[in-house]
Order: sequence, then structure tokens, then C-alpha cells
Amino acid sequence: MSFKDTFMNGAESLFKPDSLTQIQKIVLRFIVVGLVFYGFAVIEGMIMRIYAVDPIPFISTDQYFAILTAHPLVGIFGSTYALVFGAFLFLTPYLMKKPLYSVKLANWSLIFLTSGVLLFWIAGFISHYAPLYTLYWPLPVDFSQFSVWGGTFFILGIAILMVGTLFFIINIFKTIVYTPEGWEKQPSAALLGSAIGYTGLKNMLAKKENKKEHLVPLPVAAIARGTVDMVLNTGIILFTGVLILVYMLGHILGFDLKETAIDALLYKNWFWWGLDLIADGLVLIFVAGTWYLLAVMITGKKLFMQNIARAALLLELVVSWTVWSHHLLSDQAQPAILKVVSGELVTAFELITQGLAFFIVLATLWSARPLKMTNPLKFLLGGLLGFALAVPAGIMQADVGLNRILHNTQWIIGPHVHVAILIGLTMTLYAAIYILFPIVTNGAKFYSQKLANIHFWFHLIGGIGMGAFMGMAGLNGMLRRTLYIDGEFNTYMILAAISGSLLLISFLVFFYNIVMSVGLKGVIGIFSPSKLETKELLPE
Amino acid sequence: MVDSSMVLWGQTIAYTIYCLVILLVMGWFAYKITKTGKGNKVKPALFYTFVGFLTVLGVSLHIITYNTIPWTPVDLNRSDYNPDKTFDITVENHEFFLPAEKLVIDCNDLVLFDVTSKDLTYGFGVFRTDNSMMFQMQVVPGHRNDILWRFDKPGIYTIRSTEYSGPRGIFMILKDVIEVLPCEGS
Repeated sequence: MSFKDTFMNGAESLFKPDSLTQIQKIVLRFIVVGLVFYGFAVIEGMIMRIYAVDPIPFISTDQYFAILTAHPLVGIFGSTYALVFGAFLFLTPYLMKKPLYSVKLANWSLIFLTSGVLLFWIAGFISHYAPLYTLYWPLPVDFSQFSVWGGTFFILGIAILMVGTLFFIINIFKTIVYTPEGWEKQPSAALLGSAIGYTGLKNMLAKKENKKEHLVPLPVAAIARGTVDMVLNTGIILFTGVLILVYMLGHILGFDLKETAIDALLYKNWFWWGLDLIADGLVLIFVAGTWYLLAVMITGKKLFMQNIARAALLLELVVSWTVWSHHLLSDQAQPAILKVVSGELVTAFELITQGLAFFIVLATLWSARPLKMTNPLKFLLGGLLGFALAVPAGIMQADVGLNRILHNTQWIIGPHVHVAILIGLTMTLYAAIYILFPIVTNGAKFYSQKLANIHFWFHLIGGIGMGAFMGMAGLNGMLRRTLYIDGEFNTYMILAAISGSLLLISFLVFFYNIVMSVGLKGVIGIFSPSKLETKELLPE
Repeated sequence: MVDSSMVLWGQTIAYTIYCLVILLVMGWFAYKITKTGKGNKVKPALFYTFVGFLTVLGVSLHIITYNTIPWTPVDLNRSDYNPDKTFDITVENHEFFLPAEKLVIDCNDLVLFDVTSKDLTYGFGVFRTDNSMMFQMQVVPGHRNDILWRFDKPGIYTIRSTEYSGPRGIFMILKDVIEVLPCEGS
């Protein structure tokens, strides 16, 4: 095939958008949106990497901090949420062997997510609203630094996105427990118990003859467990958004709402409790669930220590709900008991829950030797490595003594956050994309294996390299969330920027590979309505 | 005495060794799973040993740091200590207000920094001349933000806000405003 033919029709013209079911199209739309927003985040990241070496003349400091504010939100909500929503809206019914509860709701999730992210991104870009994702009170309502109108639209965007998230949550839980038309009545309560890990815990404690059958496959249990945290987190972000909006509307209408009415430390506790339900709750649980699924799909074997894995999901619930105080180890008014119990000890439990998932996946893979080093397998190993590097880095900073010299340094955001997200989470999501691609496209092939290899190595080396150089700068005192205009840490920042450019190249290579696999007509076809009436996931 | 730069060195060495080991283990694992081999079944005993090891590791990290990092017990039991010197510092409108132009400290003094914010959440960090951090804390409005620190080495130090408080916050630097006098006998 000529380059032009491949570009228009995809590799070997194998991708036929007309053959896709409604749900296949929705999944692919989520993937396209997720990848486009990932592109936003990578480009923003690269701009900031260059800025950290030498401020770019046409980007003002205010614009820089607006980028710093938008970057994690676009990355997590625009990209990761979109990819996770798409994958789980397909996998939950696929593994439960029943239709998705509502295709319409799935479409609305996508519309609300996309428009919400675009709205806050544009509001930040135009108005330079930049209170960071942390929104430490009363910074979000400091109208001497930020535009009240810019902030209003920014927060409104977040709220819209959260409504889309609520639609996703409803769809997932309803899909697990509902009875499809014409089916025998489903045991909703038992399904829910199995989904949140309660049956797994009971089985662990029960005698062999009393053990109950798992009604829900393990990856669905992980999806359900992570979604419980998502419910709480969405509620907290929505509540916080409404609170900020009240102050903004008050300011617009000329009322002087006292900022001191909100206790800054209580707010910080509240907000981090909610935010950690993402960082330490649903991310770790969704990732563990995706690892389990990938391990089972790659090996075709049962998961090692399945009951323990299920019970650990329930244990992770206790951990993710009580772990937030490690973000407040440098807050002197925070009670010492919370610092030690929640900040140190509960956080240390993440080493156990994530280590346990890590071991279970490795043991499952080991049991199926010899395996072919396919794209899903190598990206899965990359994802495992990412968390193996990032979780101990996080445990170290979650120590009262070490936090005193690490808090808000580049150590936090480099070896911990970026290695966890870019290597751990993103490589796991890439593994899922590589394994689901032929299923959701009805057998389309990747255009080039060479490009897939470049994607893997550049992403792995770039991500670890960037995290490492940021970490070295952090250990030498470089702070995050600020600028060093005299180039104090330029050696590390230049090396981090070179690593960052590998990440950018890796993404462009992957994006090109995807477009060449499905073709331009295919990309457009994904967004046209499905011609198949079926509610089934795959064409009959 | 153990100071923050020594702790950071220890951490750098420990984490670097760990990274190299885990990279090698994953590389070895990736190689081995593509090959045929004996003993494909992993024994549950190995799994339980691994979980036990992680539990011991997670808890012992904090016990070790509590007993080896000098400021940790001081920090958690601040009310039990009497400072040799106290500095009341105010922060408002992205500016630090110090009690004196220069904060002069005798070597080995236990110093209390009591920092109050009148508006936003800021940070309070003390840095060496090579930009490395000696310590920091958050400065939250409406609450007491106090930290005790023993200065056991002479030198000049810079105060800098360690928390983002809007774009104006990047200029919150007071260069060389802390002076620790030479230690006796040095």
C-alpha cells in the first residue's frame, strides 16, 4: 500500500468503522480524546521543562503558572480519566458477559468530560487563573492575583467534568448489578458484595466447604472498588468547587464574603482526603485491577493467590480513606497523632498493598513461562517497574523526619509523582490499549512494530530519566511550584528537559502509529453514529 | 551531629542502590519469562515472606528515622523543649517581616521560628548558600506555625517561601538573613 492509501484507510485497510458497534465506537472515542489530552499534557510539560532551564520570552510568568495549574488536571482528568472510562465501560460488560447498562449515559460521560476539560483549560489559558490543583485556601479566591471571571469558568469546567464522572460511576455500578431485558433476575446484593471485595474477605476467613463462588471477575471487582473512591472524590471536588463558586459569585455581586470563615487547615485536610482518594485510592486500585486483567489475558492462566488479591482490594479501601495526612507532615498545626498514624503508618501500608499486587502479577506471569515479549507484556512490565520505583520514593517522603527536608521539593514531583504516573500508570494504560486494540477495532493491526518499540523505549527511558534528574535536583534543595530565574539548577533541568523530549517523541511516534493503523477516514468514522442496532459489545 | 545534608546523602545512596537493584531484577525477570524453565509454580510461602518483609520494611523505616534523625523527636514533642532563642515572623501580601534585619544565632542554639500568615498559605524554608535545603514548614493562616531547629554549624542562610502562593510568591526570598556565629572551639 502507498503511504497515502495507508494514511487514508489504515494499515492493510483492515479497520472498518462501519463494522463497529455503538460501544466499540464509544471506547475508541474515549481513547482518541484521552490521547489528544495526553498530547496537551506532554506539550505543556515540555514547555515547563524548557522554562525551568530558561524562561521563554513570549510566555509570561503568569502564563507559566496557568500552565502549571492546567497540566496535572488535563493529564489526570482529560487523559487518564478518558482512557480509564473508555476501557472500563468496555471491560465491565465484557467481563460480566452482559450489555452495558446505558450507551447514552456513556456518550454523555464523554461529552461532559471533554467539554469540562476544554472549558477549564481555555479559562486558564485566557485568564491565567492559577491556584494550582491544590487550591490551598484562600488562594482560589485571591482576586488581587486572579480574575474572578476566569476563575468562575475554570471551576465551572471542573464541575461539568465531575458530572460526567458521576455518569460513568452510575453506568459501572448499574452494569454490575442490573438485570438486562429478558434475563433471569440477577442477585444484585450478592453481585455488589463480590464486586467490592466483601465475598473475597469472607472466603479468606471461611472454611473450605463454606467458601462462596465469586460472582464478579477480579478485574471488575477492582474497577468497582476504585469506583467507590471515585464517588467520594467526585463529591468532594464538586463540593469544593461549589464553595469556591459561592465566593466568586459573592465577589461579582459585590458582597464581601470573609475568607477567614473557612479554616485553611481544615480545608487542607478535607481537600487532601478527597484528592488522595484519586492518588492513593482509585489509581492504585484501578492499576492493580488492570495488571490482574492483563496478566490473565497474556498468560491465559488463573491469577496467583486470587482470594488474597480480592481481599487486598477491600483492605485498600481502609488505606485509601485514612492515608491523606502524609500531605500535611509539614503543617505544624496538624495533630502529631494524625501525622504518625495516618501520615506514616497507614501510608506504609501502601508498600504492602501495591507490593502484594506486584508480586501476584509477577508470579502469574512466571507460571506461564515461556511467554512471547508482546507489546502488552512489555508495557505491563514497564508499568510494574514504574510503581516499584515510585512507591518506595513516596514512602520515604511520608516520614516525619524526611518530609522536613523533602516536602515541596522536586523529589516529590519527580521520582514519586511523575515516575508513578508516566511509567507506572501510563505504561499500564498503554498495555491495555495495545491488548484491547484488536478487540475494539474488530481485528485492525498496528501499522509498525518498529514504531511500537521506539514508543516503549523512549517512554521508559524518558520517564525514568526525567524523574531521576528532577529527584537529584530535589535532593539538592530545588523546590517545585516556583521558578529559579538565575539558573541555579540548570544542569539537572537540562538533563530533565532532554528526558522530557524523549517522552514527547515517544508520544508523537505512538500517535502516528495509531493514525496510520486506523487511517484518517477511520478516525473520522469513529465519531459518526454506529450503523449497527445491536446492544451487544461486539458485532455478531 | 547528623544534619539534613547528611540525611539526604544517606537517602540518595539508599534509593540509588534500590533503583539499580529493581532495574536489574525487572530486566532479569523480563529475560527469564521468555525462556522455558523449571519450577513454574511460585510457592505461597515465598509470597507470605515477601509480604512480611514489606511490613517490616515499612514500619522499621519510621523507627530508624525517629531514632537517627535528630529533629524528628524534637518536632513531634515541641512543647517539651525550651528554645534558646525565639523569632516571631509575620508574612503578609507575599512578604516576610522579620523581627530584625538579620537573625543572628549562636552556634548550637535551639531556635524557635514562630511564623504567622495574615492572608494566604505560604511556606517557610531555610537554605544554605549552595541552595540546598536545611528545613522547611508550611505557613497556614489562622494557625500557629512553629518549628524548633538546632543550628550546630556556623554559616549564612537564606529564607525562602516553600509553598506556592500565586505568581507573586516566587520573589519571596530573603537572601543571607540568618547568620549562625562560629562555634566555640572551632
